[in-house]
Amino acid sequence: MPEQAPIEKQEYNITVYTENHVGLLNRIAMIFTRRKINIDSLNVSPSEIEGIHRFNIVINETEEVVSKIARQIEKQVEVLKVYFNTNEDVIWQEMALYKVPTDIIAEKAKVERLLRENGARAVVIRKDYTVFETTGHREETDNLIKVLQPFGLIEFVRSARIAIIKGSDGFNRKLREFERAEPGQDAIENEFLNSRDNVFSM
Amino acid sequence: MLTQEKQAPALPETDTMISGSQALLHALSVEGVDTIFGYPGGAIMPIYDALFDFPGNMKHVLVRHEQGGIHAGQGYARASGKVGVVFATSGPGATNLITGLADALIDSTPLVCITGQVFAHLLGTDAFQEADVIGITTPVTKWNYQVTDATEIPEVLAKAFHIARTGRPGPVLIDITKNAQLQKFPFQGYKRCDHIRSYRPKPIVRKEYIERAAELINSAKKPFVLWGQGVMLGAAEQEFREFLEKSGIPAAWTIMGAGALPSDHPLNVGMLGMHGNYGPNVMTNECDVLIAIGMRFDDRVTGRLDKYAKQAKIIHLDIDPAEIDKNVKTTVPVWGDCKETLPLLTQLVEKKQHTEWLAKFQEFEQQEIDAVIREELFPTSGEMTMGEVIQQLNELTKGEAIIVTDVGQHQMVACRYAKLNHTRSNITSGGLGTMGFALPAAIGAKFGAEDRTVVAVIGDGGVQMTIQELGTIMQSGVDVKILILNNQFLGMVRQWQELFHERRYSFVDIQSPDYVTVAKGYGISGRSVNQRADLNDALKEMLEHPGSFLLEVMVTKENNVFPMVPQGCSVSEIRLK
Ligand SMILES: Cc1cc2nc3c(=O)[nH]c(=O)nc-3n(C[C@H](O)[C@H](O)[C@H](O)COP(=O)(O)OP(=O)(O)OC[C@H]3O[C@@H](n4cnc5c(N)ncnc54)[C@H](O)[C@@H]3O)c2cc1C
Ligand SMILES: Cc1ncc(C[n+]2csc(CCOP(=O)(O)OP(=O)(O)O)c2C)c(N)n1
Ligand SMILES: [Mg+2]
Repeated sequence: MPEQAPIEKQEYNITVYTENHVGLLNRIAMIFTRRKINIDSLNVSPSEIEGIHRFNIVINETEEVVSKIARQIEKQVEVLKVYFNTNEDVIWQEMALYKVPTDIIAEKAKVERLLRENGARAVVIRKDYTVFETTGHREETDNLIKVLQPFGLIEFVRSARIAIIKGSDGFNRKLREFERAEPGQDAIENEFLNSRDNVFSM
Repeated sequence: MLTQEKQAPALPETDTMISGSQALLHALSVEGVDTIFGYPGGAIMPIYDALFDFPGNMKHVLVRHEQGGIHAGQGYARASGKVGVVFATSGPGATNLITGLADALIDSTPLVCITGQVFAHLLGTDAFQEADVIGITTPVTKWNYQVTDATEIPEVLAKAFHIARTGRPGPVLIDITKNAQLQKFPFQGYKRCDHIRSYRPKPIVRKEYIERAAELINSAKKPFVLWGQGVMLGAAEQEFREFLEKSGIPAAWTIMGAGALPSDHPLNVGMLGMHGNYGPNVMTNECDVLIAIGMRFDDRVTGRLDKYAKQAKIIHLDIDPAEIDKNVKTTVPVWGDCKETLPLLTQLVEKKQHTEWLAKFQEFEQQEIDAVIREELFPTSGEMTMGEVIQQLNELTKGEAIIVTDVGQHQMVACRYAKLNHTRSNITSGGLGTMGFALPAAIGAKFGAEDRTVVAVIGDGGVQMTIQELGTIMQSGVDVKILILNNQFLGMVRQWQELFHERRYSFVDIQSPDYVTVAKGYGISGRSVNQRADLNDALKEMLEHPGSFLLEVMVTKENNVFPMVPQGCSVSEIRLK
C-alpha cells in the first residue's frame, strides 16, 4: 500500500483468480455484504488457464477499504490471487443490448446514422424488432439509451464489466509456482515490498 | 498404571470395498483423532453405525446439545493443541453448531465438524431435517465442503485437517449426504494433505523486515511487547521466552495469550485491554516501540484507535496478512509464523535490560494494588469477592490448573488474577464472548489434557445456558471442577447499566436454581458457601474430590470489575474506579 492512500472513494476493479469450487461465489460475496459494501458489477468467467476462474468485481470505495477487502478475499482457501486496480490501470468493457421496433428504425434514416456513430451493430433483425449491440464504457452504453429512447426502446440490458489489467503478465507462471510445495520468493510476493504493484499478497 | 499405546486400526487394503462412513472413520484415525464429541440423528446414522464397532480406541463423548459438543471440541483443541472433532446430524443438529463455529473462527480454534445431510437426490426439496448447512456455515468457517459421493471422502478429510490446523487455524465443516455415507467404493488409501495450491498457510519470511524490526528494537529506549494467542497457536512459547529474555523487554498479554509466559515471569507485566492492568494500558501510550506478537489489536484491547500508541513505532508479527494494518498501522510488518520469525529476531537483537523502564510498570502496579487489587483479593470484611475466590484457588492449585472461564465479570476477574504456570491453561471465549462456553469447554479440555486439573469458572447466568452438559459429565465420568461465582446478577451487564445507564437495572436480575441439588440430580457432588470462613475448605474439597464437583460461591452482588477502559475511551484514560 502506498504511504498516502487516497481517501476519496473511486471505482476499483478487483480481479480474483480462483479454483472452480461450488460455494466460492457465496463466500466472496459475503465478504462485501458483511461490510455493507455494494458490488457494482460482478463477472465470473474462465481465465487464460483451464480450470481457473476469474472474477471481475467493481466497487466504489477508498483504497484502504479495497485493500483490506482484497486481503480478506485472498484469505479464502480456494482463492489463488487477488489484484485491485483503478480504472486507469485496466482496459475495461461492458456490453449492452438494445431492442427497438424495426418499423421505426427502417423509417428513419437518422437512427441508422446514430447507431453507427455509437458503434452499435445489429445482432438480430426481425420484422417486429431489431436488437443492437454495443460494447464500451458505461458512458457510451448509457448514451445510446438516451439516443434510442425517443425511438421506442423496448428493452435494454447491460453486462457486467470485464477488465484486463494493463500491467499484468497473466497468471500462468504464478500458477506453476503455486503448484510447487515450496514456491520461490517470486510467487510469495510480500505485499509490503511490492507496494507499487497493487498486488496484494502471497 | 500402564497406559496402552493408542493403536490405530490398520487401513483397509487398496480396492477393498468400504462405505463412506468407514472411510471417514479411517481418515479420523490416521489423523490421530482420539476423541469425538457428538450427537446422533437420522442423517448421520450410517456414520454412527460404523462407529459402533470401529476398531481401535477412538472415544465418542455423547453430549447433551450440539452447542455443548462444539464447545467441548473447542476446549479439547485449546487444551491439547490438536484438532477438535465434532459430529452432528442434519438440520437442527447442524444449526446448533453455529455459535460454536463463529466462536472458533474468531478465536482461531482448529476444528473439523462432520454433519450428516439428507440424501443427495433430496437436496433442495425441503426434505425432512434439511437445512442449507453449507450456506449457513460459510461465514463462520475457514472452509466448508459438501460431500455427495463417498469416493471424495479421503481426500476431502485430508484437506479438512490440513486447513483446520495450519496457518491461522480455524473451524472446518464437512457436510456429508446420507447416500455418500452408505455408498460402498473401492478404497484407494488415505494420504495426508500437506499442500493445496490455492492455500498458503504461511509465507517465506523476508529477512529485510526482521532486520528493520531488530534495528528499531535495538535503538528503542522504551520498548514494549504485546503478545496474544498467536504465540500459542504457533507453539512458539519457548522462542517467545528467549526473545524476551535476551531483549529484556517488558511484555503484556491479551486474555487469549494468557499463560504463554508464566504469570510470575519477571518480564510479564500483566494484562492488556478494557479490564487489563493499569500499567500496560497506560504504557501503551508511553512506549517508543511497540512489538505486537500474534495478537490482532482487538477493540477490547485498543480502546479508541485514533488515540492508540500514536507516539510509537509499531512492529507487528502476525501470520495473517489480513491482520497487518487492519486496525493499527504498522511501521514494520513481520509477516510470518512467529515460531520462525521470533528466533530470527532474537538473533539480531542486542542483549539488554530495561531496568528503569520496567520499574515504571512496577510503580503503576503498586498504584493498582492500592486502588483495586488488595481490596479485591484480600478483603477482610463484607461479602466475598470474586477475586478472593480466584486468589485462594491459586494458592491451592499453585497455578498448575487449567482455568476455563465463561463470559462476564467472573471471566475478567479470573483472567486478571488466575495464576498460570503453563501454556494452554487459560481457555475462554474471547472474540465472540459466548456465554455458556465454559462448562462444555471444560469437559473438552479435560479430555484434551487428562492429567491436568480443569476448573471451570462460570457465572450464574452463563452456567444456565449450557447446564444440560452436566449430563455429559455424569455419563462420561469426566473429572471437571465447576466453580460458580454467583452474584445473582448478569453482572457484567449490570456493571454497564450502573456506570453508563444510570443504574437502570433492566432485566439483569437473574434467579438461579439450587445448583447443588441440580448437580445431585446428575450424580455430581456439590456444595454452596456464602461465608468467607468456609471458602478455603470448600475449594479444597472441590479440588480433592475424586471426580467432578460443583462448588457455588455466593459473592457480593454489586461489585464492579476495575480497572476499566470505558468504551470509546483511549487506553490512557483507564479508570481505577
Ligand atoms: C467480556 C469480555 C471482555 C474482554 N476484555 C478483554 C480485555 O480486557 N483484554 C483483552 O486482552 N481481551 C479482552 N477480551 C477478549 C477480546 O475480545 C479478544 O478476544 C482478545 O483480545 C484477542 O486476543 P488475541 O488477539 O491475542 O487473540 P486472537 O484473536 O486469537 O488473535 C490471534 C492473532 O495471532 C495471529 N496468529 C495466529 N497464529 C500465529 C502464528 N503462528 N504466528 C504469528 N501470529 C499468529 C492471528 O493471525 C491473530 O492475529 C474480552 C472478551 C470479553 C468477552
Ligand atoms: C450468549 C450470550 N448472550 C448474552 C451475552 C451478553 N452478556 C455478556 S456478560 C453477560 C452477563 C453474564 O452474567 P453471569 O454469567 O452471571 O456472569 P457475571 O458477569 O455475573 O460474572 C451477558 C448477558 C453474551 N455474552 N453471550
Ligand atoms: Mg452473575
